[in-house]
Amino acid sequence: MSKGKKTYWKGIEQLKNEPSFVKNAQNEFPEYLPIKGSSDNSRRDFLKMMGFGIAAVSTVACEAPVKYAIPHVEKPQDLDPSLANYYASTYVMGSDYCSVVVKTREGRPIKIDGNKFSKVSAGCTSSQVESSVLSLYDKQRLTAPLLNKRESSWSDVDKFIIEKLSQLNKKKYVVSYTINSPSTLEVINKFCEKYNAKHIQYDNISYNGMLDANFEYYGKRKLPFYDFSKAKTIVSFGYDFLGSSFNHNLFNKQFTERRVVNKDNREMSRLYSFESNLSLTGANADHRVPIKSHHSPLYIAELYNILSKKLSKISFTGLIDVNTEIKYDKLNDIADELIQNKGKSIIISDSNNKSVQLLVNLINDLLDNYGNTIDINRSYNIRKGDDKQFSQFINDLSNNNVSSLVFLNCNPVYDNFKFSQIKENLDNVSLKISTSDRIDETSVKCDIIAPDSHFLESWNDHEPLENSFSFTQPTISNIFDTRQYQDSFLKWTGEKNNFFSFIKNNWKKKQKLTNSDEPFQIFWDKLLHDGVAEFIVDEKRNINSSKSSRKFLSKINSEILSIINDNKESGFELNIYQNLTVSDGIQANNPWLQEMPDPISKVCWDNYLSVNPKDANKLNIKTDSGTMTTNLLTLSINGADFEIPAIIQPGQAEGTMGLALGYGRELAGPVGDNVGFNAFGLIDSSNEYQNLVIKNVSISNSGKEYRIAQTQTHETIMARESVIQETTLDEYKKDVYAGKYQFKVATSQGKKKPEEVTLWDGHDYPNHHWVMSIDLNACTGCGSCVIACQVENNVPVVGKEEVLNRREMAWLRIDRYYSSDADVEDLQGLEVAAENPDVTFQPMMCQHCNNAPCETVCPVAATTHSSEGLNQMTYNRCIGTRYCANNCPYKVRRFNWFKYHDNAQFDKNIAMNNDLGKMVLNPDVTVRSRGVMEKCSFCIQKIQEGKLLAKSEKRSLKDGDVKMACGAACSTNAITFGDVNDKNSKIRKKLKVEKIDKATLKLKEERAYAVLDEIRVSPNVWYLRKVRNKKNV
Amino acid sequence: MQTKLTELLTLFRHKISQNFGTVFLSLFLFFPLHLKAQDDQSQNFDPSIVKNGENLFKGNCTVCHAINEVIIGPALRDVHERQSEEWIYAFIKNSQKVIKSGDEYAVNLYNEYNKTLMTSFDFSDEELNAILTYIKDESNKEVQVVVADSGQSLEEGPSNSVSSDELYISLGLNLLLLFIIIFVLFRFTNLSKKYVLLKDSQSKGKLLDEDDLEVVDNRFDFKKFIKSNKVIGITSFLFIAIFVKSCIDGLYTVGIQQNYQPTQPIAFSHKVHAGQYEIDCNYCHTGVNISKSANIPSVNICMNCHNAINTDKPEIQKILTAYEENRPIEWVRVHNLPDLAYFNHKQHVAVGGLDCATCHGPIEEMDVVYQYSELTMGWCINCHRETEVSSKGNDYYKKLVELHNSSSKKPMTVEDIGGLECSKCHY
Repeated sequence: MSKGKKTYWKGIEQLKNEPSFVKNAQNEFPEYLPIKGSSDNSRRDFLKMMGFGIAAVSTVACEAPVKYAIPHVEKPQDLDPSLANYYASTYVMGSDYCSVVVKTREGRPIKIDGNKFSKVSAGCTSSQVESSVLSLYDKQRLTAPLLNKRESSWSDVDKFIIEKLSQLNKKKYVVSYTINSPSTLEVINKFCEKYNAKHIQYDNISYNGMLDANFEYYGKRKLPFYDFSKAKTIVSFGYDFLGSSFNHNLFNKQFTERRVVNKDNREMSRLYSFESNLSLTGANADHRVPIKSHHSPLYIAELYNILSKKLSKISFTGLIDVNTEIKYDKLNDIADELIQNKGKSIIISDSNNKSVQLLVNLINDLLDNYGNTIDINRSYNIRKGDDKQFSQFINDLSNNNVSSLVFLNCNPVYDNFKFSQIKENLDNVSLKISTSDRIDETSVKCDIIAPDSHFLESWNDHEPLENSFSFTQPTISNIFDTRQYQDSFLKWTGEKNNFFSFIKNNWKKKQKLTNSDEPFQIFWDKLLHDGVAEFIVDEKRNINSSKSSRKFLSKINSEILSIINDNKESGFELNIYQNLTVSDGIQANNPWLQEMPDPISKVCWDNYLSVNPKDANKLNIKTDSGTMTTNLLTLSINGADFEIPAIIQPGQAEGTMGLALGYGRELAGPVGDNVGFNAFGLIDSSNEYQNLVIKNVSISNSGKEYRIAQTQTHETIMARESVIQETTLDEYKKDVYAGKYQFKVATSQGKKKPEEVTLWDGHDYPNHHWVMSIDLNACTGCGSCVIACQVENNVPVVGKEEVLNRREMAWLRIDRYYSSDADVEDLQGLEVAAENPDVTFQPMMCQHCNNAPCETVCPVAATTHSSEGLNQMTYNRCIGTRYCANNCPYKVRRFNWFKYHDNAQFDKNIAMNNDLGKMVLNPDVTVRSRGVMEKCSFCIQKIQEGKLLAKSEKRSLKDGDVKMACGAACSTNAITFGDVNDKNSKIRKKLKVEKIDKATLKLKEERAYAVLDEIRVSPNVWYLRKVRNKKNV
Repeated sequence: MQTKLTELLTLFRHKISQNFGTVFLSLFLFFPLHLKAQDDQSQNFDPSIVKNGENLFKGNCTVCHAINEVIIGPALRDVHERQSEEWIYAFIKNSQKVIKSGDEYAVNLYNEYNKTLMTSFDFSDEELNAILTYIKDESNKEVQVVVADSGQSLEEGPSNSVSSDELYISLGLNLLLLFIIIFVLFRFTNLSKKYVLLKDSQSKGKLLDEDDLEVVDNRFDFKKFIKSNKVIGITSFLFIAIFVKSCIDGLYTVGIQQNYQPTQPIAFSHKVHAGQYEIDCNYCHTGVNISKSANIPSVNICMNCHNAINTDKPEIQKILTAYEENRPIEWVRVHNLPDLAYFNHKQHVAVGGLDCATCHGPIEEMDVVYQYSELTMGWCINCHRETEVSSKGNDYYKKLVELHNSSSKKPMTVEDIGGLECSKCHY
């Protein structure tokens, strides 16, 4: 920032100015690939086809098809066709949790939003949660229970299981992911008691180290309640709390609460991140230090030592050559800052090693964080998996001591670190039951599949956080002949009650514990209506730290030292991680997730090895952004070779590589099968706990080429200074306008602001004027808005091939820019920065320009301007000239190159290609056909709905009547939308609108800017400048 | 000679006017008379008693009885003429008792109506009187309505009562008559011309001067006229214009289903339900005020009435079977808006205050519903241009109305507040 100018580039190919990039950067649509198979049709064929077509059309047009209107026989009272109903429910997939509100139309769930009442999941959704509604309509789901691979009836299955279970003598196990539902656990316990079985839980991404450390440290094997909104300094050692973490929604919300600055509040928290892969946390960090993951204990130990020295406490012994090893001298400064903010900081690490986590706990204790930023009295129940217990189970399994096994919705053959032992020994178990909803890697080996219903079809209760409850209620009756597994368990236990009455009875008992004296039905209805309930319990427990630290130190000393001193290094360090798109792979058959670009690399439909640019040079990796070709790397572990494509990733620590989990499924379904590479298969199973960091991996370049779909360098905006604006907190404190790009047009009367020399007359928006603002300081780039937009607006999935052709359809994309302090000419400087760039995320959608360039070029007036400031797109008028897309400076218009619905060639677009999948479509939004342009409509259907509500209530529109899908999904409130003509609207206050003259806003908000302001298209989307809390060097 | 010619012309004119007289006469000849003899039976009852009776009747009796129609029990028109008041009162109070007593009329009635027992009602005599008075009043009323109808049509003039068929026949006959007259006239002119020329040649050119000769000699060459460029040009232009116009018109009708009247699986009549019984549209089309679609009523709504009314009729049986078998009825959609157009009933009916008939036409007269309006975009747009926004008492429009009134004296139409913008209906 020394020169006040930064250079931005979207990818390494732009930085290097590769010829193919330069070539395509200038092209509007780099579609250089012809459509396959179209060339062998001759002119005669064309004429024949045309003649036939015209004849056919005119014959068909004579008579319209008969359509039917089929009403209910008995209309349910609260169901009116074309009116949406909303039900509070709870998302559970794997170990993950989110309290949600489900929107149903004509009795089918079509959209999932966050439950604003929930204090646990922050009232918003993630990409996984948004997508789960499509998983309900997955054709791959089983339609009936399977008994010995044959479809069977539930009564036969029940009879078979009960008979078998009572005959078998050896050990019985119930295996599941973490279950946080008290009633479900009770049901499982009943089952276990009756058949003398054992219930073990695991998490596919293990938190074993953290849990064990907490148990040892304060006697509670749970994850504490972190409050990032109270933390002024956060130091993360590889822990991606903004991305792949459990409950990252809340963490995002808490984190950004301290990040949004304005004139009156010029303070923000500071985040340090030590990590190997460039994660979302690293991308949002003020200072990111790329390190090898196995070095992080060294940093943690060193930090502990510095802190304890400064606080004159006992320090850690044996760290002799720390400084020479890590060559990082800023830990001292970090320690000073931490001491300054004592009780207002959080140290967190991703290590699955108990000793390392104990050390982290010691640091947090040293800094008085317990009781301030970390609350152990309210602990999470979302991750409880016990790797040690699981290893014991594996022992029993390999010793042939297990007679029966129930896999509760889990898929350990695919996603457990001991998968190989399970796979080998499963055949020795005489009764294997799975409740999986499909034939997956585990259930394929089972005798019985008793398919569980989707969470949208089930009843359940949850306790994700101690004393915070939430409820799942069915929003659709079972689509197939499935049964929720709790009901199956009750049947097998011999209980007469079904699970619904079981929960109800439980809550009848629980009502007495709360102070409620309402009749039970009212109490129960309220629980279901709100979906969540909190019961305050004032039990306090504090840790006595001063006594214990010595004890812990001596305990962990040897293990930490052995980790640190194990520095035999050869080859690369492989860091296996969970991304934000496909995540743990449970929903791998969901095309929305598969096509969602990774927030950092912008890759979709694949996982890949992320390689540091220097390493890429060493390995001689050749990439071409034009054809999106890269090399396949050969990865050798334990004698086995795997070929995985490489992506050159700025910010990846040198000597390390990253690889995402969740891919390479074999039995997920047609969408998810054989997409990418299964990273679970690389996890070392010899350890007692899951370890995602694999050292000494030898990697070589196979030289083979592979095409990897990226949305990264598409439609580049080049390094125009008005696209991304940012500053540092120090600068901002001095001058709130710091970092503003002031463009002046040279005229005969001197230099003028763009709005003063406009050619346009301006508009009158008499009633509403819809405006959006996006706070770049709040946006963490997670991408839940991207999926929310896709669900709400029936945006098709196009598949990998078409993404390679740069024809993805997303209305809302998140641009990710790397930046450095170096000058454009300073190539060397840029290269250094590429090692560890600053990252900025910028959600980009139609800017609804007041002076829209697309409108002026449309020959058929298919895109026009409304009297509410919207840029309207009329599909039925569009003839597909694509002039508008050519003239759009933001490149947000998407063209329907093909018919994506009812087209066998796009069968991966399951939401539009089979009757079941189509149930997810939003009936208020047209499914676009081939040959028309589309783009963000500012959720016009929601605007119209909100207006109609106000009209029918004979009142003026209230702020909040209209909510955008993207804004509702955003956990950090980065997106604000509303009517600036409304004096009380949030948007007006957020932007501090001073004056509106002919639709031109005069804003007092110093951080607000319009992208590409100098071309004076006068967008209705405003961005708020990013402020980084960088420490001055 | 001039005078003679004028005389002739006046003669023609006179003839023509006489002919027109016959045209008008013939109109009257074919005019059908619907006059009915006025019935003078009307009696006057105390309106308060009638009102009371009506309330009682509607509250208790309509489930099984109507005045003019057999529902479950017999139609009650002129019931007071069939039996004595005492008998009726006794039957209402306890029909079983009357039947058991062996009363012949009562037993026959019981057998005639499938041995359905009438519920006993514990009415006071005063109430019974009121009900009977109401029935009497109603029995008279029907006649009065007919009388009023014919009286009205007499006052309004004949044209209203002429059915369209009769009108066409009389028009056709008149046209025929006109052609005959024209033919006769043409012949007459020719004959008179010939007569004049004959006279002239007889008197050797003394009768007619040059000008007259020119007039009389002026022969019309029809062939030459037909072949002239003018005629050919005009005809071919007209021909092409009409052809092109009809082609374009034809193309515009593609996909328009105006007057589309499909046969429905059940012969449900809106004429009976909405017309005769004046059931509110909302009663069955429950969504019309609250949601986008007006809703085709579910079977349970039909069953509200038809579990008792007319259950033996074959069409009603269809409903009953559908209900019993839990099988939805597949009605044929009459109004098919293309998917690309968004239309919301709530906006138009609840907010805009439009009457259903504005778009759906005289539903109360349709036995089988047909599509009354074009349902084209032009039709929508026209209405948006012409219709005033129902903004009274609605705060949503307050600002817009103020703004509009400050610049215009015309009422604020839908167009004025952006009702023609694409995204109002297409998204």
